[in-house]
Amino acid sequence: MPVTAILIRAQDHVATLTGPVAAGDAVLITGQGKTREIIARNDMPAGHKLAIRPIQEHEQILKYGEVIGEATADIAEGGHVHTHNCWGVKARRHS
Amino acid sequence: MKFQGYRRPDGRIGIRNHVLVIPTVACVNRVAMDISNRTGAATFMHPYGCTFDAEENRTTEEAFIGHGVHPNVGAVLVVSLGCETASGSKVFDAIKASGRPVERLVVQKAGGSRTTSDAGVEIVERMTAELAVQPTDEGDLSELIIALECGSSDAFSGLTANPAVGEAADIIVDAGGTVILSELTEMVGAESVLYRRGKTPEVRDELMRRIKAYEIELSMSTEDDSGVFISPGNIEGGLTTIEEKSLGCIYKAGTRPITEVVDYGQQPHEKGVIIMDTPGYDISSVTGKIIGGAHMVLFTTGKGTPSGSAIAPVLKVSSNNRVFREMPDDIDISAGDILEGTKSLRQVGEELVDLVMRTARGEKGKAEYFHIQEFAIPNVSVLRKEVIHAEMVKRNDLSFMQ
Repeated sequence: MPVTAILIRAQDHVATLTGPVAAGDAVLITGQGKTREIIARNDMPAGHKLAIRPIQEHEQILKYGEVIGEATADIAEGGHVHTHNCWGVKARRHS
Repeated sequence: MKFQGYRRPDGRIGIRNHVLVIPTVACVNRVAMDISNRTGAATFMHPYGCTFDAEENRTTEEAFIGHGVHPNVGAVLVVSLGCETASGSKVFDAIKASGRPVERLVVQKAGGSRTTSDAGVEIVERMTAELAVQPTDEGDLSELIIALECGSSDAFSGLTANPAVGEAADIIVDAGGTVILSELTEMVGAESVLYRRGKTPEVRDELMRRIKAYEIELSMSTEDDSGVFISPGNIEGGLTTIEEKSLGCIYKAGTRPITEVVDYGQQPHEKGVIIMDTPGYDISSVTGKIIGGAHMVLFTTGKGTPSGSAIAPVLKVSSNNRVFREMPDDIDISAGDILEGTKSLRQVGEELVDLVMRTARGEKGKAEYFHIQEFAIPNVSVLRKEVIHAEMVKRNDLSFMQ
C-alpha cells in the first residue's frame, strides 16, 4: 500500500505526505480530484510536501489554494518542496 | 439545533451554571482553591500579584469581571486580599450590576486564610443550592459563541484538525452562530486571504492595521528581514514558510465573511466570524475569548495538551489518531481519520458540530472531568515597553510620548 499525500485544493502545486517515503517510492495523491500515483524523487519525512507537477524557478507555489512561496529552482514532479527550493514572499532568512 | 441552558438577566444563555470563586490577587489563590476543593465550585489561579501598570491593571479587572458575568456562571464569590491594585470592589460592583448573586470576602478583614475559607464554603454551598432550583430555558446554536484555538500543533494540524474545525465553523455560522479566531501573530503571512474575507472596508482595514502592528513588534525581536519566521521545529515538521504556517492556522475559521474585529476580552456585537486581538500564547488567547463570552472552545492539537478553562469546556481535537490513543485523558475527538482516508473533512466537521451540541446539552468535556482550569492574561511587561521605547528612539520618533 503506497504512502498517501493529501492535495488540499485542486489548484495546489504540492501535496502533503502522511508518512515517510524514499526516493523511487510510489505516492498516492488523494484529497481532491481523481486519485493518482506519483513517484517520489527524494527521501521525504511525513508532513513534508512533494510537487504534483513540474514547477519552474520563480513560479509562485500554491497550497491551500494560496501562495505559500516562490520556487528558487526548477522542481520536478515528485520532488521535495521545502526551504532549499521554496522561499517565502513575506519573510526571507539571511542565511 | 436546540439545547436546554440557563438564561441570564442580560439575555445571554449559559451552557453551564457554575458558582465561580475569583481570587483578585495571587496572594489569595490558595484560599480560593481551598473553597473550590471543598465545594466543587469553579476557580482559577491568578498568575500575577499587584501591577502598577494602568493598562495591565485594567486588563486584570476586566478579566475578572468578564469571568464573573460570563453566561456559564450563575453566581460569584470574590475573594480579595485587601491591599491589591486590582479593585475587588469594582469587580464586585460590576458583577452585582449583572443581576447575579455575588458576595465578597476580604482575607485581611475576615480573620485570615482558614476562617475566610470556612466562610467561603458556607456562601458557595448556599449559592449552589439556589442555582440547583433555577429553571432551564431553551437555547439555540445561533446563540452560542465558539472560540477556536490551536496549541502544541504538528505538521498535520493544518491538514486535518484545523480544516475540519473550519468545516464545523461554516456549519455553525450558517446556522446563525458565532466563532472567534484570535492570535494575530499567527495571521502574519495570511493577510491576503483575511483581507478578501472582511465583510466591510472598515473590518478589512482594522484587521490589516492590527496584523501590521504585530509584524512590526515581532521585527524588533527576530533576526529575519521582515520580522516573521517559523521555528526550527516547524521546518523540521515540513512547514516551509510563514505563509504556509499562517494559512494552516486560519483554516480553523472556515470560509465565511469576517464580521467584526474586537479587542482582547471584548464581547462581540456581531454574529458570524469574529477576530479577537490576542497574543500568540494559547492559554492567554483562550482566556481572552472566554472573557468575551465564548461558551466553549474547539482546541486543535497535534502533540496533545491538557489545557482547560474554569468556566467553559475546552474540547481538544487531535490532528492524528496516535495522540488520540495515547492521551485518552485529554483529547475529546480525533480528526485523524482524514489522514487515514476513511473520513472526509466535512464528515469530521459534522462530528464536531455534534460534539458542540452534546457539550451544550451538558455532556462534560475531558478538561472538565479533571477540573483543568488554566487562566492567563496578557502581561504588558516592563521589558517589552523598554524594547518598544528603544526602537522608537532608534527611529527618532517619540511622537507617542507627546
